[in-house]
Amino acid sequence: MNALIEQFFNLEVMAQAFPFLLKGLGVTILLTLLLTPLGLALGLALALGSSARHRGLRRAVRIWVNGFRGLPPLVLIIIVYSALPFLGLRTPPLMAVVIALWLNSSAYYCEILRAGLGSVPAGQMEAARATGLGRAQALRDVVLPQAVRNVLPDLASNTIELVKGTSLASIIGVSELLHMASNARSVVYNASPITLAALMYLAFLLPSVRLTGWLERRRRGA
Amino acid sequence: MRPILDIQALYKSFGDAEVLKNINLKVGEGEMVFLIGPSGSGKSTLLRCCNRLEEPTSGAIWMDNTNLLAGDTDINRMRQRIGMVFQGFNLYPHMTAEQNVMLALRRVQGKSEAEAREIARRELDRMGLAERFGHYPSQLSGGQQQRVAIARSLALGPRVMLMDEPTSALDPELVGGVLEAMREMKAAGMTMLVVSHEMRFAREAADRVAFMQAGEIVEYGTPAELLAREGGRARAFLGGEH
Amino acid sequence: MDLSRLIEVYFNAGVAWTYLPDLLHGAWVTVSLSVLVIAAGLVLGLAMALLRLVLPRWGVEVMRLWVDCLRAVPPLAVILLLYFGLPSVGLSISAFWVIWITLTLILSAFAEEIFWAGLEAIPAGQWEAARSTGMTQRQTLADVVLPQAFKICVPQLTNRTIGITKNTALGTAIGMPELLNEAQTALSFSGNATPLIMAAIGYLIIFLPLMALAGYLERSMSWGKTA
Repeated sequence: MNALIEQFFNLEVMAQAFPFLLKGLGVTILLTLLLTPLGLALGLALALGSSARHRGLRRAVRIWVNGFRGLPPLVLIIIVYSALPFLGLRTPPLMAVVIALWLNSSAYYCEILRAGLGSVPAGQMEAARATGLGRAQALRDVVLPQAVRNVLPDLASNTIELVKGTSLASIIGVSELLHMASNARSVVYNASPITLAALMYLAFLLPSVRLTGWLERRRRGA
Repeated sequence: MRPILDIQALYKSFGDAEVLKNINLKVGEGEMVFLIGPSGSGKSTLLRCCNRLEEPTSGAIWMDNTNLLAGDTDINRMRQRIGMVFQGFNLYPHMTAEQNVMLALRRVQGKSEAEAREIARRELDRMGLAERFGHYPSQLSGGQQQRVAIARSLALGPRVMLMDEPTSALDPELVGGVLEAMREMKAAGMTMLVVSHEMRFAREAADRVAFMQAGEIVEYGTPAELLAREGGRARAFLGGEH
Repeated sequence: MDLSRLIEVYFNAGVAWTYLPDLLHGAWVTVSLSVLVIAAGLVLGLAMALLRLVLPRWGVEVMRLWVDCLRAVPPLAVILLLYFGLPSVGLSISAFWVIWITLTLILSAFAEEIFWAGLEAIPAGQWEAARSTGMTQRQTLADVVLPQAFKICVPQLTNRTIGITKNTALGTAIGMPELLNEAQTALSFSGNATPLIMAAIGYLIIFLPLMALAGYLERSMSWGKTA
C-alpha cells in the first residue's frame, strides 16, 4: 500500500513537477482553443457539402469524412508528422498535431452537424425563404440555431474527445500537459507526475462530462 | 354465485395520500363488473392492485382459495390466471402479433414452440386477426393492437380479466371491434373487471357497476338499480351519452 | 514535384513487399486486441448498467463517479500511468494487457452510460405488460426490455466502440508491435513512407466495415417500420 502511494501519489514529486505541468496545461488549452473553432467551421462546411445539390461533391465529401473517421487520430498525426517530410514539406510537431486533429475532429463535427441539420423540419427553411430571406440568411438565422440546439450534447461530447485527443501530441514531442508529465516521470522514475496530469485533466473534463450528461438528459426529457 | 375475486378491506396509500379506502368488492364467476367514476377516484389503482402491479398497503384479495397479498403467494404463478389489458396496449414492438402471444406461453408455461404457436393462432383467430399473425404492432391499427393484447392475455387461460380503459386510446371508429371482442368473452363465460368510460356499453353489458369517488366505492349495484336510484351520483354518470 | 517521385516515396512496391509480413503481423495484433477490448468492454458495460438497476443510491453515485472519470481522462494518460507505474509496485503487465485493461475500462464506462439510457427509455408499460402475464423480472429484462434497449443503443454504441477501439494505435507509445508501431519501425528502417500509407489503408480495411455494420444493424432492427 505504501509502495502504491509512493509510486502514484507522491506529493513531493507532484509539487516539484507542478510548474512544468502548468506550462503543459497552457499548451493543451491553447490547442483546444485553436482546434475547437477550426474543427467546427470545417465540420459545418463539410456538413453543408454532404447535402449539396451536386452529386459528385456530395460523394467526395462522404468519402473524405468517412476516411478521416476510419483512421485513428494518432495514425493521422504520425502520417502528417513523418510522411509529409518525404515530399519536402517540413511539419513541425505542433503544426502536424493541429493539422491532423483538425482533419479528424472536423469529420466528427460534420457527422453531428449533419444530423442536426437533418433534424430541423424542411418547413423551417421554406418559411424563412418565403419571407424573403436568402438561403444563407435562412440557414444562419433560422435553421442553424435549431440544428445546434438539437445536437448540443453531441457537440459538447465531441469537444471533450478533442481535448482528450490533444494528449496524443505528446507522442511526437509537443510539450502539452501529458508530455510534460511523461518527461517528469522519466526524470524522477516515479509515476506521480502522470497521476497529477490525469487529475488536471479531470479538473477540467469531469465537470464537462457531467454537463454533457445533463444536456443529454434535458434533451431526452424534451 | 361463488366469487372468483374477493377484495376485502383494501387500503392503498402513496406517501401521505390515501388513494384507496376500505374497498370491499366481490366478482362472481362469469360476471362483468364495471368500475366507473371521475378521474383520480382510484379505479385504475384498484384494478392494478388486483395483480399487484401496485402493492396495496393493507387488506386482502382472495382469488379462489389464495390470498394474493399473502407473503408466500407466488404472484407470477397467479398472474397467469389474472389477465390484464392496458389502455396503451403495451404490445412488444420488437415481436410480431404471434410472437407477442407466444412469449409467456413459452417462458411462463413452458410450452413447446409448436404448441405455443397453435394456441397463439387460435386466440388471434378468435379475435378476428387471422390475417395478421406475422405483423408487427407498428403495422396494425390501434383496435387490432388491442385485440392482439387481449389474445395475449386470453392465451394463458385466465380465470379473470382486468381491463384498464381498453378503448380510451382508440379512434372512435375502432372502439366497436374491441367492445365486440369483450361481448364475446362475456358470452364465453369469462369473468371481467373493467375500468371504462364507455357508459352505453356499461349499461348494456355490465352485470354490476361500482361507482368510485375519492378512493371509495360509494354506490354498487346492477346498472338498472343505479339508474333508478334518485339523486345518486352514479345515475348521472352512468346515464351519460358515452 | 513529379509523379514518379510521389509513387517512389509513398507507393513503393518493393518496400511494400518487404514489410508486408511485419505489417500483417501488426494488423493481427491490432485486430485481436480490438476484439478482446470490444467483447470485454461491452459485457462489462452491460453488467454495470444492469447492476445499476439494483444498486442502492450511494452505490449508483459511486459508479457514476467512476464512469465519468473514465470518460474524462485521456486514454494515453491511463496507459502511461499503468505501464510505467505498476512495475514499481511489483505488478509487471505486458504492454498488450495494459492497453487491453485501459481500453476495456474506458469502453465499459461509455457502454454503461449508453445501455442505461437505453434501459431508461423503455416505457414502464412494457415491464407491466410482461409482469402481468406472470413473467419474472429477469425474463422481462431478457425477452422484452433488453432487445428494445439494444435497438436504441446501437448507433451510439457502435460509434463509441469504434472510436475507443481505434485507440489500440496508442500501443505504439509503449512499444507494442501493433499495426502503427510496425509501420513506424518499417519507416525508419526503409527510409520510405510507404509502410505508413499501408498502415493507414490497413486501418481503413479494419474499421470501415465496422462502421458499415453499424448502419446495417440499425436497419435490421426496424421491426416493421420503414427505417
